Formats: sequence, C-alpha cells, structure tokens
Amino acid sequence: MSEFSEQLSVRQDLTEVPRRSQDDGAMVTVVDGGLGYAATSDLSQAGLRAAFERAHALARASAGRTVCDYQGIERAAASGRYASRVERPAASATLPEKLGWLQEVCAAAGSSDARIVDRHATLWSARTEQLYLTSDGARTEQQWEFMTPSVQVTASANGVTQIRSSAGQYSGFCQQGGIEVIERSGFRSSEGPRVAREAVELVGAAPCPSGSMELLLMPDQMMLQIHESIGHPLELDRILGDERNFAGTSFVSLAMFGNYQYGSELLNVSFDPQQADEFAGFAFDDDGTPAERALLIERGLLKRALGGSLSQARARAQGFDVGGVATTRSSSWNRAPIDRMSNLNVEPGSSTLEQMIGSIEHGVVMHTNCSWSIDDSRNKFQFGCEYARMVRHGRLAEVVRNPNYRGISATFWRSLSMVGDASTVDVMGTPFCGKGEPSQVIRVGHASPACKFSKVDVFGCAQ
Amino acid sequence: MIDVALNVNSCSYTKPAGFEALADALLRTDPGVDRTSLYLRAEASDFLRFNKAALRQATSVQQAYVTIAVERGQRRAEGTLALGGELSLDAQRLRAERALLISQLDLISDDPWLLRPETASHSTRDDRGALPEAGHVMTLVHELASVKLKQDFVGFYAGGPVVHAFADSLGSRHWHRVASFHFDWCLYHRADQAMKSVYAGVRWDDAAFSTKLEEAARSVRLLAREARTLEPGAYRAALSTSAMVELLRTLGWSGFSLKARRTGVSSLMRFQRGEAEFAPGFDLDEAIADGASPCFTAEGFMRPPRVALVDAGTLPTSGGTLNSPRSSAEYGVAANGAEADEEPEALRLGAGTLLQGELLETLDTGLYISNLWYLNYSDRQACRMTGMTRYACFWVEHGKLVAPINVMRFDDDAMRLLGSGLVGLTDAPEFTPSSDTYGCRHLGSVTTPAAVVEGFRLTL
Repeated sequence: MSEFSEQLSVRQDLTEVPRRSQDDGAMVTVVDGGLGYAATSDLSQAGLRAAFERAHALARASAGRTVCDYQGIERAAASGRYASRVERPAASATLPEKLGWLQEVCAAAGSSDARIVDRHATLWSARTEQLYLTSDGARTEQQWEFMTPSVQVTASANGVTQIRSSAGQYSGFCQQGGIEVIERSGFRSSEGPRVAREAVELVGAAPCPSGSMELLLMPDQMMLQIHESIGHPLELDRILGDERNFAGTSFVSLAMFGNYQYGSELLNVSFDPQQADEFAGFAFDDDGTPAERALLIERGLLKRALGGSLSQARARAQGFDVGGVATTRSSSWNRAPIDRMSNLNVEPGSSTLEQMIGSIEHGVVMHTNCSWSIDDSRNKFQFGCEYARMVRHGRLAEVVRNPNYRGISATFWRSLSMVGDASTVDVMGTPFCGKGEPSQVIRVGHASPACKFSKVDVFGCAQ
Repeated sequence: MIDVALNVNSCSYTKPAGFEALADALLRTDPGVDRTSLYLRAEASDFLRFNKAALRQATSVQQAYVTIAVERGQRRAEGTLALGGELSLDAQRLRAERALLISQLDLISDDPWLLRPETASHSTRDDRGALPEAGHVMTLVHELASVKLKQDFVGFYAGGPVVHAFADSLGSRHWHRVASFHFDWCLYHRADQAMKSVYAGVRWDDAAFSTKLEEAARSVRLLAREARTLEPGAYRAALSTSAMVELLRTLGWSGFSLKARRTGVSSLMRFQRGEAEFAPGFDLDEAIADGASPCFTAEGFMRPPRVALVDAGTLPTSGGTLNSPRSSAEYGVAANGAEADEEPEALRLGAGTLLQGELLETLDTGLYISNLWYLNYSDRQACRMTGMTRYACFWVEHGKLVAPINVMRFDDDAMRLLGSGLVGLTDAPEFTPSSDTYGCRHLGSVTTPAAVVEGFRLTL
C-alpha cells in the first residue's frame, strides 16, 4: 500500500506550514492452523520475508485457540482493478495555486467583520495505491484520489461565541476525485461567505428551544445519524462481540436479520461501493471480495449485515445466515482488516424540501453535526448541530443556536415520516471513522436526502 | 520472557545508532536553510485481540516514520516518510525530500507566527521492559480465561518498544524509548454488562496478570444480580478513576488550549473569565515528568516537567493554558511545551482526603460509576458534557453494592461537578497509561484519584 497526502492550511490569512506525507508498507497474512498478520515498512525482499516469518509464527502460535477455524474459511480469488474517477488530479495544480485558493476562501470568510474572530481554510488531498495478492491466485489493484476542502469560522459578539463550518468541523464534505471536487463543493465560490454569514447569524440567535417537535435533518447531519445509529449497529463483528472491549456491542442481534422493523417503511439503506465520487467506493474489499451494491434495510425491514466474508461465515457457524457485503477493510498497511462501513446511504424518497418544511407545524431544521455521543450498544444517542432554524406553520423562521436532540436508535428510525427526493441529496462522508483494536481511522461515505422525524426530544443551551 | 530483541531492518530505528546515522547523513550545514530537523516515531508492536477467550487477530507491526522539516527565515515546510530500515536508501529518500521541501520554501509566504528553538537541547530516556512473547500471552489467556475460569473474555494486548527521537542541525539530540505493554479486557456477564480490567507496565509478571484476571472473575458475579433502570434525575455518585480519566480527557479537548481560550471556543471559558471555579482542593497539572511522554516536542522544544492548569480550584497566575510555539508567537505568551493541538498528554490531578478504601462508604447511597463512555460537549461554552455509563456501574445503598444499573446517559456541567458539586477526591491517585493505538501506540497518560460528586444528572 502506498499513500501520498498533502495538507494545506491558511488561517487568519496566513499560510501555515505545508505538510506532505509518503506512507509505504505491506501487510502479510498467513493462515496455518491459526491466523497471523505482520506489517512492515521494510519493502525489501528481506523485509517482506521477515514479515512472512513473523506472521507465520503468530499463525502457528494461535492454532487451536482462535475464534473460528480460519483454514476453513473460503477466500475469494478475485482479480481486477479499480480507479477513482478523476478529471483533474490534485497534482495538476501547483502549491502556489492551491495556497492561493485557500487565501481567497479565508479572506472571503468574513475578514472585514469584527465579529469574526477566527477563520481557517484547509485542503487535504491524498492518492492511495493498493496491490492485493494471495497465494491462491487473487490479484487486485486499486487506486484512489481523495479530496477534502473545508472552511471554518468562529464568530463572537455579546458574550456568545459560535463555530460554523462548511460541512462540519471534522470534514464532512469529502469525495473521491481531484480538483473538480473543490469546484463542485462550492468551496471557492460560495462557502467562505456563507459560513461567515451563518456564524454571525448564530451569535445573534437565541438558544434552540426545548420540547418534543418535528425534526428535519439536512444531509450534513443525516450522515452522522446514519453513521452512528445504523452503520455501527449493523457491523457484524460488533454483533459477534469482537468490539466489546472498545468500540462496543450492538443492540442488533443475529436473530433480527430478515424480520426486524428497523425503521418506518420510508427507510431504505444501501451499501453502495459503486456510487460515483463517494468517499469509500472500491471494487474489492481487503479480503479480495468483489464489492456490489446491496440494500441493508428495505422498506424499514432489516435485511443484511455490514459484514465481510469472514464474519458472514462466523455467523453461519452460529446458525444465522445474515447475509453481508464486501466491506472488510484496513485503514492502512499496518492494520488488519475488520468489518467497516464503506459507502452507506439512505435512498432518496419522493418529497421536495418545500413539501417537508411545509408539512411542519412546529419543528426545527438542523444542519451540520458538531457533537455526537451514543451508548456502546448504539442505542441511546444525543447529537448536537452547528446551525438550526425553527419552522412554524410550514415556514422557515428564526435561526437558533446550540441545537441538540436525543433519542433511541431502536425507535428513532420508526419516527421517520418524510424522506426527501433526489434534489435534496448530498454526497458526504468522513475521513475519521474510528474503531478496532489496534485502532483504525478509516474513510467512510454517506449520501443522504433530507429526512423528517416526528416527535423528537429537542433541546438547546441554558443561555 | 524477553527484552524485545529487534533484528530486522525497519527496527534499527528502535536503537539509537540507526537514528544517529540518519541524523549524521541529513543534518549537515546547508546555506539554503536555517535549520533542518528530523523527528522519528517508530515501534515494534505485538497486537493480540481476543473474543470469547479465543484469539481473533494476532498482528506484528514494525513501522518507522521520520518527519523532516526545513526552515528559512519565517518559513517552514515538512514532509513525513515511512522508512524501510536500509540506512543508505532511507537517507537518499530523505535527501530528496529535503531538496523538494527547500524548493517549497520559495513558494510559500512568511509566517509571522513561526517559532523555533533558539539553542540546542539534549535528552535521553530508555525504559527497558521485560515483555512477554505473543505466543505466551495467547497461552495464558487460553489456560486461565478459557480453561480454568471459563469466562467470556474479550480483550486486547499491545506490547513492544515505542521510540520518539529528534535531531536538528543546531545540534539538538533527543532519544525517548519506552518498552511497555498494555492489556485491557472485559469479562462479560451478559449483553452490555461486564467487568473491565487493565494490566499495564514495563515488566510482565504472569502471577500479577493471573491475580488480576481472577479478581475480575470474582467481581463479575456481582453482575448476576438483577439490573435496575434508574429514572432521569440528579444522583450522588462515586466516579472511579477510570470514569475520572474520561472526564479529564474530555476537559483536555479544547479546555486548556491557549488558542481556544483566545478565540473563545474553550470549554473552560467561564473558568477563564472568573465566572466559575473548581473545588478548592482541585489541583490539575500537565505533568510530563510523571508520564511516559517524551520531554521534547516534534519541533524540538523542551517541555517543562510541570505546567499548572488549575491551582487550588482557580486559574493559575501563569495562565493555566497549554501554549504551542505558534500560539505563543501569535498571542505573545511564553510557549510551555505543548504540541500544535495544545491538548494535554500527561494530566495529573492531585490527591484529595477521602480514603480510597472507603469510597463506597463515603458515597453511602447513590450511584457507583466504574466507566464512562463516548463523552462529548452538549454545550461547550457552558462546559456541559454528555456521555454514557458503561460496564459495571452499580446502585449503592449504605456503602454496599446493591444492583448493577442499565446504561444511562448523563448531561451535566462538568465545572459544577468538579466545583461546587465535588464532595471530595480520594487520597490515592492512579496512573492510567493511554490505550490509544490510532496510527501508532500512544504514550499519553492521566493520573487521577476517584471522586464523589453530588447531583450527577442522568437524562435518558
């Protein structure tokens, strides 16, 4: 695996230190009695041989003491290639060009407004190449380009300080592709002024009111809602107990697949590795299994787990054929693959945004996650957003700050009462999904329409 | 038992000679730059994860990364390379990277907030451990957790040497090597109810591991009692050291950052403005000297052994912030060893007066919280946090554990909890090394006593 990345940053109109990184290494997996992995940044023949010997020693040492018979697990022997769709590679722009864009965005983000106390524009690009080989004939070659532009503003007035960002303080707008990703994000054309304007609106806004009300979540909050209360609970390795010492377990059990009503009939959730430009698209997972689109939840019914071939086999050994998808992934060459989210999307419905707002008598529209917390079974959650507007009598009303809501996954999705049409969909994601022991931060994509939920417990801040 | 011997190429960087050779090859005087520096992070780690007392994954990771930085005037550029371990090849790649970075200096503008060390500095720390072989740990878990105790054991062992080293063309040389292990596990009773334990250190002892595991196996029986579901409301609560670690780590997320204080986004703004105080006996430091973190930063600055963050519940005269070099230059405040993120790495909360052995008696009736989970701010400006109880939390009456509780969400003002709501801290702070393994094994730590608080607000 080989990854080159570049992180550029302009804060308060000053160019910060440009950072480059070249990360190269290999992971050797040996199945012999047990299972062993060895990762090395020494890619010489001797280094790879030494890694093989370490992996082999671990495989032998674990023989007869593993959670399943790894030798009995069938492995895909796929061959093929994948490459991100790239129109203008990041490398086609010079460093001064890219820094110039960041300077423009930073300057446009309220530089003349005394209420704006901090402005920060960043650009993170990466190019990754992966070669997967097995002794039984698999060979896959995949390469990706990733682009993540972001602008964040802090405004302060009258004792209130608020942060507003283009798509979340943890880079919610991230896609595969090159310079064209920057263009289609509106980063250079509109994001700086919008983010600054909304930050100023927030410091003059009242706290979000508390109460049970209609909640309209825009795609840059829906991505977090999907991620935490659908994605993680459906990870098959969690359901099998692997993560109970760290990331947690799941309220979903093996027996629920095929018969559990996860949400209302409006809820359709897909695993879609072929969605164009989405952050975690690929043709093969890191077990070499070909990746194909599949519905995990259809008309609200739980149908399929987020688990790769190994986890599916372990579930079958327990008497449950829960299905699965090709989503066994490693964050890099130095971590062994585990079940992850990849592109996990809510399918669009039939409502326009206007229809959804018009249907709300008393409610709130929330944008852009800034706080997230959920129990280790992925059930009781509480999420906060950067920006919200009240809706009264079917019309957008005043901006409110510090909006939060809480609920329980097992019942929340059943309160899904309207799903936006394709015109409301945004393709979002995150570079920072954490899980695993040793821990792994991995790229995940989430495309979603706006969605309306009924009778949600909403609250704000004290002052 | 072995003192991990390292003999493959990439691991030469876990010995000083390999890094010194790189430094000699790269850090020559160069008229094109004022300073060149190398910052090494390397490790040779065994990772073992278990589920149901059986091995899920066994991984050996050997990695070495060097960040090379060049500076000229008020300009700096840096690049990080994964190194293979063959010195001549690595040096050749780093020379090429340095040449490219030097060319970048012509393409960027001056950074008025760039700060670098004025003089050379030196340090050496080499903690030699006695660590078990991976196969030995697998055997112990099998024999004890599976065969002898028949427990639903799920856990994670990480062990081996971790190196941070720094060198620059001013003559600075720093070497920091810690060989350690961290093994944490849960014994599950059912569903989400489990007893969490940690065995960590630098010298592995089979008997000590066995004792901890057997203690946990006895304790997990307490979870067989029928669990209670508490109503939302305010409760008197005892927070274990593990729960306190979570609270303090979350405070460290923006709370002590100089930049966050100056831009108004710190969770401790009310503390900064004098609108709220911690309890009078609350003394909190960043105590690098007491932890496992290096005494130097990635940019070659020395870190003071102690930075006061809270002094007897109030703002220290020194400011109580962690000041990175960049913030230092921007805001005209002396740097004090913080990295760029200005987050603490070795928090130390001072001892209180409650007897550790009488924590439940002091609580009397209320909630014993063994672990907190997934903390975040629900209102950062007000230092209001939310999070979940996790693992073995109990309802306590008259100083006795009565029943485990089902997980509950809390949402509360952390300044109030550790201020007017703090009944007391115990007299025996515990050192908790970080178990963080994102990208690499982290060397941070938190040292804290347990606490008893009033009015801990449960919401869901």
